[in-house]
Amino acid sequence: MKKVTTIIRKEWAEVFKKKLILSTVIFLPLMFTAIPLAMLFFARDAGSSDLTSDIPPQFLQSCQSDLSSGECVQVMMGNQFMILFMMIPLIIPVNIAAYSIVGEKTTRSLEPLLATPITTIELLIAKNLAAVIPAVLATWLAFIVYVVGAWVIIQSPNVMAALVKPSWWFVVIIVGPLLAILSVNFSIMVSSRVNDPRVAEQLSAVVILPLLAIFIGQIAGLFLVNQQLILIMTIVLILIDSLMIYFAVRLFQRETILTRWK
Amino acid sequence: MAAIETYHLTKKFDQTVAVDDLSIQIDRGEVFGFLGPNGAGKTTTIRMLTSLIGPTSGRAVVNGYTVGEENRSIRRSVGILTETPGMYDNLSAEYNLRVYGNLYEVKDVQGQVEKYLRLLGLWERRNDEVGTFSKGMKQKLAIARALLHEPSILFLDEPTAALDPEAARLVRDFIVFLREEGRTFFLSTHNLNEADRLCDRIAVFKTQLLVLDTPAKLRSQAFGRKVVFHLRTNDPKYLEAINALHVSSDVQQVENKIVVTLENPEQNNPFIIQTLVNAGAEIQFVGELRRSLEDVYLQLVQNTSNDEHHSRSKPNDFVD
Repeated sequence: MKKVTTIIRKEWAEVFKKKLILSTVIFLPLMFTAIPLAMLFFARDAGSSDLTSDIPPQFLQSCQSDLSSGECVQVMMGNQFMILFMMIPLIIPVNIAAYSIVGEKTTRSLEPLLATPITTIELLIAKNLAAVIPAVLATWLAFIVYVVGAWVIIQSPNVMAALVKPSWWFVVIIVGPLLAILSVNFSIMVSSRVNDPRVAEQLSAVVILPLLAIFIGQIAGLFLVNQQLILIMTIVLILIDSLMIYFAVRLFQRETILTRWK
Repeated sequence: MAAIETYHLTKKFDQTVAVDDLSIQIDRGEVFGFLGPNGAGKTTTIRMLTSLIGPTSGRAVVNGYTVGEENRSIRRSVGILTETPGMYDNLSAEYNLRVYGNLYEVKDVQGQVEKYLRLLGLWERRNDEVGTFSKGMKQKLAIARALLHEPSILFLDEPTAALDPEAARLVRDFIVFLREEGRTFFLSTHNLNEADRLCDRIAVFKTQLLVLDTPAKLRSQAFGRKVVFHLRTNDPKYLEAINALHVSSDVQQVENKIVVTLENPEQNNPFIIQTLVNAGAEIQFVGELRRSLEDVYLQLVQNTSNDEHHSRSKPNDFVD
C-alpha cells in the first residue's frame, strides 16, 4: 500500500505543477457548476408561469403533479445540465493520465520505476487512483456547490426535491467514479501509443463523445435521462470498465511497456 | 556462489534474435565489462538480468534468485542505472530519491537519501528541481537512486555516455569507490578505455558472446603480441632470416621496421636479435607494439560482421 500512496503523491506533486492540468481540475468543475446555476437563476421567475406548451411531452409526463408548469421548466433545465456533472469525471482523468503516462515516457522514467519491486498491478492502481481521485472529488465538490447554489436560487422544497433526485445523487456518487475509471484506462491505452501528451489528450477525448451525444439528445428532446437510462448506463459502464481494466492490465506488463510501447 | 550466472540465455523478439545462447558466470565483487556495438543486445541482457523482461529460453540466476521465478527478490537486491537517468525533472532531487526509497522498501529513507546526496556532492542542491541539473548531476543522482537500497549487484548501462570528460571521471571514480565496498558490477559500455581501466573481465558481445577474458589477456594471449624491431636500413634478407627461425607465422616488414607476432616475446626476442645482428642488421631499438582494447574490440566486431556477410577477409590490424 505504501508503494501505491508513494506513486499517487508523486503523480500529484508532478502533474499539479502543470498549470494546464491544475486549471482543468479547478476551472472545469467551476464552469460546469456555474452553467446550470446560471440557467436556474434566469429561470427563477418562471415558477408561477404557465409554460406547459414549452415543455417536451416526455418530460411533462415525468414531472411531478404538485409542480406548476413553470417549476417543471426549472426542473427540466436543471436536469438537462446535470449531464455536465458526468463530464467532469471524464475530462479531468484524461488530462492527468495523459500527462502522467506520456510524461513518464518522454522523460524515460518508466524503466527505473519498473526496476523497483513494485508490482505492475500496484503501479496501475496508483496511476488510476492518481487520476480518478481528483476527478471524483472535484465532481462531488462541484455537485455540492450546485445543490447549495440551487437552493439559494430556487428556495422551493418541491422544486429542489424534483431537481436533486436520489437518481442524480446515484449518478454523482456511483456513475461518476465509473466514468472516471473508464476515462483513465482509455487514456492509458491511448498514451501507450503516442509520445505527445496533447495528442494523447485529444485522442482520449473521444471517450466524451457518447456522453456529449446524450447531452445534445436530451436538449433536442430526443430522450430523457431518467432512472431507467441511468441504470442501463451503470450496467454498461461496469462492463466496459471491466473490459478496460482487463486490457490495461495486459498492456501494463513490464515487458510490454519496455518493448511494445512507442 | 556466483553473483550472476546465465545458462544458454536467449531472447527473441518475434523472429529477431536479440541475445543468443549467453552463458556466463560473474563472481561476487567482480567488475564485469559488457562491450558491444549498438543493437548488440546489451540492454536486452541487462533487462533480462534485472527481471524487467523474461528470457525466451535458457536460465539466469542473479544473487541466488532465478529470473522469471523470483523477480521481486531480484529487483529488491539489485540496483540499475538505466541508459538515461529518467529522473522526474519537475521534482526536487531529494523528493526523487525519497520516492525510490519508498519503492525499494528502504527502512531509513531519509538517512539513506541524505547519505548518498552528501556522498555524491548533491546535498546542497537537494531542494532544486532536477530539471535544473546538468547531465553529470542527473547521472550522479541516478547512481544515488540505484544505491539507496544498498544492492550487492549494480547494473550500469552506459554510465558515462553523453557526459563531459570531467563528469565522466567523477562517475568512474565513484564506481572505483563502490567497487572497494565489494559490490558486483555489470558494466555495459561503449567506452573501451573505461572498461580497460575499471573491469576485471570483459565480454565482447554482439548477439552472441564473442570473447570473455581479462583486459590484459584480451590484448595479448588471444591475439598474440607484436614486437617491433627498428633497423637502421631496410633489406629483404632480414625478413628472410627471421622467417627461417620459424618462431612466428606473422612477420611483416614496413620500411625499416620488422614486426613479428610472437606468443612469447621474452623467450624469442634474444634469438631474433641475434639472427638480425648476424644478418648484418643494425638494431636501433626493440619495442612491443601494445594493442589497445579498442583494436581487439574492433577486430572482433568486424570479424563478426564479416562472418555475417560471408566474407573471410582478414582485417588489417597493423598500426605502428
